[in-house]
Amino acid sequence: MDIPHDPRSTPGLWPEDSVARVPYWVYQDEENYARELHRVFEGTTWNFVCLEADIPNKGDYRTNQVGALPVIVVRDANGGINCFENRCAHRGALIAFDDGGTIENNFKCVYHAWSYDLCGNLRGIAFERGINGVGGMPKDFKRDAFCPRKLRTTTLCGLVFATLSPDTPPIEEYLGAEILGRIRRVLNRPIKVMGRFTQALPNNWKLYVENVKDTYHASLLHLFFGTFRITRLTQGGGVLVSPDGGHHASYTIDKAEDTKTTAYRDQGIRTENKDYKLADPSLLDTVREFGDDIQLQILSVFPGFILQQIHNCLAVRQVVPRGTGEMDLKWTYFGFADDSPEMTRRRLKQQNLVGPAGFVSMEDGCVGGFVQRGIASAGDQVSVIEMGGQTTESQATRATEASVRGFWKAYRHHMGY
Amino acid sequence: MDVSRLVDLNAAYARAIDTEKFEDWPGFFRDSCLYKVTTVDNVARGLEAGLIYADSRAMLQDRISALRQANIYERQRYRHIVGLPTILESRNGTADVETPFLIVRIMRDGKMEVFATGCYRDKVVTEDDGDLRFAERVVVCDGSRFDTLVAIPF
Repeated sequence: MDIPHDPRSTPGLWPEDSVARVPYWVYQDEENYARELHRVFEGTTWNFVCLEADIPNKGDYRTNQVGALPVIVVRDANGGINCFENRCAHRGALIAFDDGGTIENNFKCVYHAWSYDLCGNLRGIAFERGINGVGGMPKDFKRDAFCPRKLRTTTLCGLVFATLSPDTPPIEEYLGAEILGRIRRVLNRPIKVMGRFTQALPNNWKLYVENVKDTYHASLLHLFFGTFRITRLTQGGGVLVSPDGGHHASYTIDKAEDTKTTAYRDQGIRTENKDYKLADPSLLDTVREFGDDIQLQILSVFPGFILQQIHNCLAVRQVVPRGTGEMDLKWTYFGFADDSPEMTRRRLKQQNLVGPAGFVSMEDGCVGGFVQRGIASAGDQVSVIEMGGQTTESQATRATEASVRGFWKAYRHHMGY
Repeated sequence: MDVSRLVDLNAAYARAIDTEKFEDWPGFFRDSCLYKVTTVDNVARGLEAGLIYADSRAMLQDRISALRQANIYERQRYRHIVGLPTILESRNGTADVETPFLIVRIMRDGKMEVFATGCYRDKVVTEDDGDLRFAERVVVCDGSRFDTLVAIPF
C-alpha cells in the first residue's frame, strides 16, 4: 500500500500530541505494522496463548500466535507450562502443525526429525553422527546453543499468558489491582470450554480492540442490546481504565431504569424501538452467578485479549493480526466445570448474543471494515476521540471514550511514539 | 421415508433463504426443535456450543426479527447448492438424514465467494398434517473460520 505519510520521518508524528487524535496511517502503514509486531506483541506485553483447561495433562499442547510469532504452549512433567517459538532451530519449519494435541516427551520436526523436549530444548538430531561414520554434524557442534526462542509464561485464573521480553512486569503489576479484581470476579473456579469459532475481520487489529473498549458505541450500533435493556448508556455502569491505559473493564449495573427517561428518544436514536419483542424470551433468562449486580462486563488486556461476561454468556476472545487490513478474532465460549444441565442450556442459548452470528456482536464484525474502507485515502487525516474529555482515567459513565484513549496511551508508549 | 420428499424439503428450504423469504424459514421446523450452526472441529471435540442455537421455532422467528429489524450488516444474499440426502435411519415417519451443502455469498459489491460448506445433520419428522419438518437441523460447517459475520441462517 502506498501511504504518502511516513510516520518515522515526520517530527511530532502524533497529531497535537494527544490521545484524543489518532492518525489513520496507523491502520494502513506496512512499516508501522512490522514495528507493532516487534514492539507491541513481542515487546513488554503479556499475550494470551491458551486456557489452562486446554492443556490439563503432561504433554498436552496448543499452538497459537503472539502477533505473527507462532508458538507452542505445552504442559510439562512437573505441571508447569512452557511456551516456545514454533520454529525448528534447523531450517525454520513449524515444529507442530496442528491446533493442539498430546505428545509423549518430544516434539519432532517432520522436515529432518530434529526433536525438542517439553521445554523447547533441542534433544535430538537425526543422523547427528552420520551413517557408518560418514557425514553427520561437526564434532564441535553445540546442540545446546540451538533452540527455538523461549517465552516466559504466567497463569492467572486459568488463563495462560506469554511474553518474549525479560522485562515484562509480573501479570498482577501489569494489569493493576482494579482490572485484576475484575478478572478474578468472573474466573472464580474451574472452567469448561463449550466451543470455538474464528471470525475473519476485514480490518486492522487495532480497530477491533478500540471497538471492544468503546463503551460509547454499544447501545448505539447494537439495536438488540438497547431494546432489550441488556445495556443502555442510561443504565448504571462505568469504565475502569488501568493506570497505563492499556487494560479496561466496562460494566453495566442491573438496576431498574427510570421508565420516564427519554434520553434515547430525545436523540432520535435508532436503537429506541418499543415494538420489538422476543417471541421466545428464554434467550434472556439470566441468573446472577457472580454475587453482584453486574450483568455485563467487557474486559480487555493489552494488546489483544478480551474476557466477556454478558449475562451468563462467557467467552474469551483473542485478537490475531494478519497484516495491516485483516485480523482473526478467535472466540472460545466457556462455562464452569460445575455447571448444571440447566445452566449449560442457558449458556448455549445466550451464546446467540455473541460471536460471528451474535445478536449483539455481529455488527462489530463489519464496522471495523467500514472504517478501514472509509479511511482508504485518509492516511494523513485523524479520528476524533473526545467523548468524555481528553484523558484516560476511569469514569462512572459509559458515554465516554476514556478507555479508547487509554489504548492509544499504551500503544504510543510501546511504539515509542 | 422417501428420498424424493427429502429432496423437495431441502430444495424448498434453500429457496426460501436464497430468495430472502426469511419469514418462511421457521415454518420448516417443528415447534420444539433444535437448530444449531457448528463446526466439524467442535463436533469432533464434543463441544456443544453453536454460532446459532435455537431450541424452539419461536427462537428462529426471533432470528428473523433481528435480521430484519435490528442487526446491521452490508447487503448480501446466499446461493445454496444442496446435495443429495443420505438416509441413515428411518422408521415410523422419522428419519436421520445427512445432506451436504455449499453456500455462496453474494455481496453488495458483486463479489461471489464460497462462504460455507458442510453437512446438514437432520432429524426429519412427518407431522400430523403429513408435511415433513425438521425436529433437528444441526449445520456442521467444514471449517471454523467465518468471514466478517453470519447474519443470514445456513
